Amino acid sequence: MPQSYLSIEGIRKSFGSFTALEPIHIEIPRNEFVCLLGPSGCGKTTLLRMIAGLETPDIGRMLVEGRDITSLPSAKRNVGFMFQSYALFPNLTVAQNVAYGLREKKMSKPQIQSKVEEVLNMVDLLSSAKKYPAQLSGGQQQRVALARAIALSPDFLLLDEPLSALDAKVREKLRLEIRRLHEQLGMTTIMVTHDQEEALTMADTVVVMNNAKVIQSGMPEDIYERPNSRFVADFIGAVNFLEASDGREALAIRPEHVRISPIHEPGSYEARIESLEFRGSFYRVTMLVQGPSSRYFPNGIMADVNRSIVKQYQLEKNRRVYVQLPEEHLIHFGPTRPERLEVVG
Amino acid sequence: MKKWMGTALATVLIISALTACGGKTNNTNGEQGVNGNKPAGASSEITVYTALEDDQIQTYLESYKAANPNVKVNIVRDSTGVITAKLLAEKDNPVADVVWGTAATSLLVLDQNKMLEGYSPKGIENIQPEFKDTQEPAHWVGIDAWETAFAVNTAELEKKGLEVPKSYADLIKPEYKGMIVMPNPASSGTGFLTVNGLQQLMGDSEAWSYLDKLDQNIAVYTESGSKPAKMAGTGEYPIGISFGYRAIQEKKGGAPVEVVFPTEGSGWDVEANALIKKDTIKPEAKAFLDWAISEEPMKKYNENYAILAMKSDSSVIPEGYSKDPISQLIKLNLNKAAENRDATLAEWTKRYEAKSEKQ
Amino acid sequence: MRPAKWHTALTLKRRNGSLFERLAMLLLLAGLSVMILLPLFSLFSKAVTNKQGEYNGLDNFIDYFSTPALLNSLQHTVYVSLLTAVLSVFLGFLFAYALTRTNIPGKMFFKTVSLLMLFAPTMMVGIGLTYLFGNQGLITTGFFDALPLHWDIGLYGPTGIVIAEVLYTFPQACLILVVSLSFSDFNLYEAAKTMGAGKGRIFLTVTIPSVKYGLISSFFVCFTLAFTDFGAPQVVGGGYNVLATEIYKQVIGQQNMGMGATVGIILTLPAILAFIVDRFVTSRQHAVSARAVPYRITANRKRDGVFLSLCLIMAGMILLLIGTVFAASVIKIWPYNLAFSLKHYDFSKVAGGSLQPFWTSLRMSAWTALIGTVVTFVGAYLIEKTKTFPVLRQAGYFLSILPLALPGIVLGLSYIFFFNKESNPMHGIYGTIWILVLANIAHFYSVAFVTATSALKKLDREIETASDSLGVPRYKTLLRVTIPLCLPAVLEMAMYFFINSMVTVSAVMFLYAADLKLASVSIVNMEDAGDIAPAAAMSALIVLTNIGIRLLYEAITHQIKKRTHAWQTREH
Repeated sequence: MPQSYLSIEGIRKSFGSFTALEPIHIEIPRNEFVCLLGPSGCGKTTLLRMIAGLETPDIGRMLVEGRDITSLPSAKRNVGFMFQSYALFPNLTVAQNVAYGLREKKMSKPQIQSKVEEVLNMVDLLSSAKKYPAQLSGGQQQRVALARAIALSPDFLLLDEPLSALDAKVREKLRLEIRRLHEQLGMTTIMVTHDQEEALTMADTVVVMNNAKVIQSGMPEDIYERPNSRFVADFIGAVNFLEASDGREALAIRPEHVRISPIHEPGSYEARIESLEFRGSFYRVTMLVQGPSSRYFPNGIMADVNRSIVKQYQLEKNRRVYVQLPEEHLIHFGPTRPERLEVVG
Repeated sequence: MKKWMGTALATVLIISALTACGGKTNNTNGEQGVNGNKPAGASSEITVYTALEDDQIQTYLESYKAANPNVKVNIVRDSTGVITAKLLAEKDNPVADVVWGTAATSLLVLDQNKMLEGYSPKGIENIQPEFKDTQEPAHWVGIDAWETAFAVNTAELEKKGLEVPKSYADLIKPEYKGMIVMPNPASSGTGFLTVNGLQQLMGDSEAWSYLDKLDQNIAVYTESGSKPAKMAGTGEYPIGISFGYRAIQEKKGGAPVEVVFPTEGSGWDVEANALIKKDTIKPEAKAFLDWAISEEPMKKYNENYAILAMKSDSSVIPEGYSKDPISQLIKLNLNKAAENRDATLAEWTKRYEAKSEKQ
Repeated sequence: MRPAKWHTALTLKRRNGSLFERLAMLLLLAGLSVMILLPLFSLFSKAVTNKQGEYNGLDNFIDYFSTPALLNSLQHTVYVSLLTAVLSVFLGFLFAYALTRTNIPGKMFFKTVSLLMLFAPTMMVGIGLTYLFGNQGLITTGFFDALPLHWDIGLYGPTGIVIAEVLYTFPQACLILVVSLSFSDFNLYEAAKTMGAGKGRIFLTVTIPSVKYGLISSFFVCFTLAFTDFGAPQVVGGGYNVLATEIYKQVIGQQNMGMGATVGIILTLPAILAFIVDRFVTSRQHAVSARAVPYRITANRKRDGVFLSLCLIMAGMILLLIGTVFAASVIKIWPYNLAFSLKHYDFSKVAGGSLQPFWTSLRMSAWTALIGTVVTFVGAYLIEKTKTFPVLRQAGYFLSILPLALPGIVLGLSYIFFFNKESNPMHGIYGTIWILVLANIAHFYSVAFVTATSALKKLDREIETASDSLGVPRYKTLLRVTIPLCLPAVLEMAMYFFINSMVTVSAVMFLYAADLKLASVSIVNMEDAGDIAPAAAMSALIVLTNIGIRLLYEAITHQIKKRTHAWQTREH
């Protein structure tokens, strides 16, 4: 476990009767890229703004390398904050926007100018320095906001849904760019997103939040493969749930792990294909399980199947198939592993 | 950036200037009436209440200003009724130092309320006895008298084929229905002297029954005594019961107006001055009263009014008046008029308020 | 993860904004209280005292309701205002409909003409009507017998008041309804059409519901304006008593402050009702969905013809009225000598005394515009953008909106009662120009405040936090970013303050000192004395000044737009 750089200890926040954050505890190591992931209203943005000093916790404290920063004003925290709306000053040019915070530091004009050029170069916008934000595309504006946030060489780069306003292509490109900047500048980056794909692809550590609480945190693979709750499993990627019954705990399995065969094998369930959905490199096949076992799968079962297999087995609507759920891919939510799933029928 | 700082700075300066000038003028006047204004702090400043006509005040004041360049005169001008009500309302904390050119009947009301300070200005011996207070020192001193006159628009009457009315009796003829405008006595000095003149001419009950008939012909009662003449001038309403000076002014201005002094005689009142009783009476106030009955202003009053308060052989009859203006005036008792003022106004309001122009 | 270490050591300071912001907020509240709340208290306490200043409970109200003449004025006012509101909303709707839903030419022209009335004091509407429909009016006499047609509408009285009030309030109704009509969703019209609804049905089921709140709101605005207006009834009321002139009579004519205050409170009732309705309507007016499609005007020559003639009549009426006032001001003796003359612009022989009132008005309006804009903008900024105590901000918001419900006359009266007390430390401003400036700022505060607030609302909510995170003090960001972005709104506020201060009578007529007579007040005085032509001349000066200020505003705004085009074109 790397040494903690930022510690969040029992931070709680409510707005009137609404609780935005239950007491929260998080440790963030230096130079990490952390994603706060969760549905809207889960408290992730509140947490980020608290780290930036834009909101004040009701109770609890925040430490950076053991130093209490809880009541430090935003200006003294040395954070770079990028707003969801970018919050670029529309009446200032790109260069003036980037220089805005620098002018408050004891820096000479040439120093400011070279710093502005340096960061604009970093985001590849040097040629647009004299333009106004409204004259740029969404992606370019986003990069200006990024440049403005990193111009002060912050200890933390805080990103609030930085990509949500952009279209898919630009978003993908900027993901790489942000990640590259993070690695190049080596600052601790905390990003808020509701997009699980973004979190999984960019973060070193993902913190999944829901209802003002942290539900799970860990490396992206862990979170994906070993979600600790139905919520996490469902929120990240597609998943099939096996309903708990007869005193057994609930299980789940990702559709890409579900195997389909035209012939009955031991431990497989008989199912009928409800629909085939073309997804490019694969088909998502939705099936209804037949017979008494169907009670485990009240919502049917999904499987992601290679095109070649679909062709080979001539899968089509109403076709009868047999479904296998490999033991090693079953997701358990409880602390105890249950015995092998008993197949009925 | 600097520009904005400048603006901000200017604002701060403005606000501090504002609060500063709010702080320094401390006065002892207590509660003042509406538009009573100007806390009287500096001694070279007097507040004069007057019911003189707007177009007269500036020319009258010329000689005063020339002689007293350092005295600031705050003129509060309004119609007789308003000035009277204002002075009465400010009884306990008077704002005015001097009342100038306001109906003697109103000043008598103030005097009955013990609001006037006796002061006989220099030259009071030149004022005819019927135009000044009988007490010594005098509580009020007149400058001139003014009287009821009709302004009649001949062009409009001609169009309608009507004769020019010559008397009060003519005015109640049915053919003039809706053509006559008269000032409301509650607000207008001219209105009051007209009603009072009728009362003293005909006796109370006779006067009210006459006014009832006149009311049938009245289109509207105006607030000011000038307005009926001016309305007659434009022909808005062809007959205006007004006062001599104003009717003559309209004619002089080129309007097709004939000035009629009613054959029964005109009601009249004296435009008079008085010193207001208050804790500190300024020497400038007395000096103003001295000036107000001196030669220079009297000449100016004479340009507008035929009947001067001053005994003089040199007084002229201004253009438009009859040869013997005094004989036009009916016999009346100003003191009686003042005593009955409240009752007269109450009765009038009760009878005719509905047709009155707001005031 | 470690167990919590509970930590509550947090200063109030950060939760409620900086010390400076809190101080500014408290200062603002104190200022608004002095400007609005405390004078109102004085008014209420005056309403329960007699002429001698002794407490007499509800006697004044009992007196009021048992005096037929006084009660009459209330009935008159309600009647006139109702009629005005109905007619204004009807005409305003037609005019607004023509501007938004038809293809008539010259929309810009009609819009401009309809706004002209806002530049004129209401007395001028009355004066114009006198010259048109009075006994010697152009129309009454058939253009001085040049035309065979003579038409006497019997101007003086309710007829004149209603016509004047309609001309005065109809632009307001029009402004509100243009906004309502331009925020409709064309999808609804197409949906109705595809379901086979006819034109009449579509109008009743789509058009009217979509402007329902606009109609209610404009009805109340017109009603309140007519209810509290002083200028028009003063000029064309004849013997028809209304509340506003009744107050004037009680206060000026009879110096009966207690009854004046009583009538003032009665005068405020519908305004307060209107205020509540407006708040309610505003809260109910849901934004049009983001998917709404703007109305597409179909071609229809018959419709356009009808609306064009209607607009021409309305605009013609307004222009004729203003033109007549201008003409009358340069005619030697209306109607007997129509020679050109500038003698009515020499005010030395009439109630104005000289041009001084005009200069005083200019000076007062300029100060009102300058100080008012700064104070209102800062007030709106503090309430909209800071994090000071929510309770204080709400109180501030309420006080900022409250003047909407206060007729100028009532405000003016309250100011006499409040500032004319010797015990008031601000007594010194009584009788100076500053009390006029203060009364005007209070009188016109709300609209300017709403302008500032909506401009601030349009800005990115994160500008202040972005400034915090960049370590830049907020006042710098206010000066460097927020104000430049709001500059058009700031100019609009300044213009609004200026123009309204030039034309207003109601708030200032009780407050001006003898040597600080105002142009608008001198119009009332001249009209009172029967000097209609000089009153017309002074009105013309005011209108010309206001048009000048408006043109100046347009020119500056145009320059700003050009200069800031690059950052104004933002589309999100």
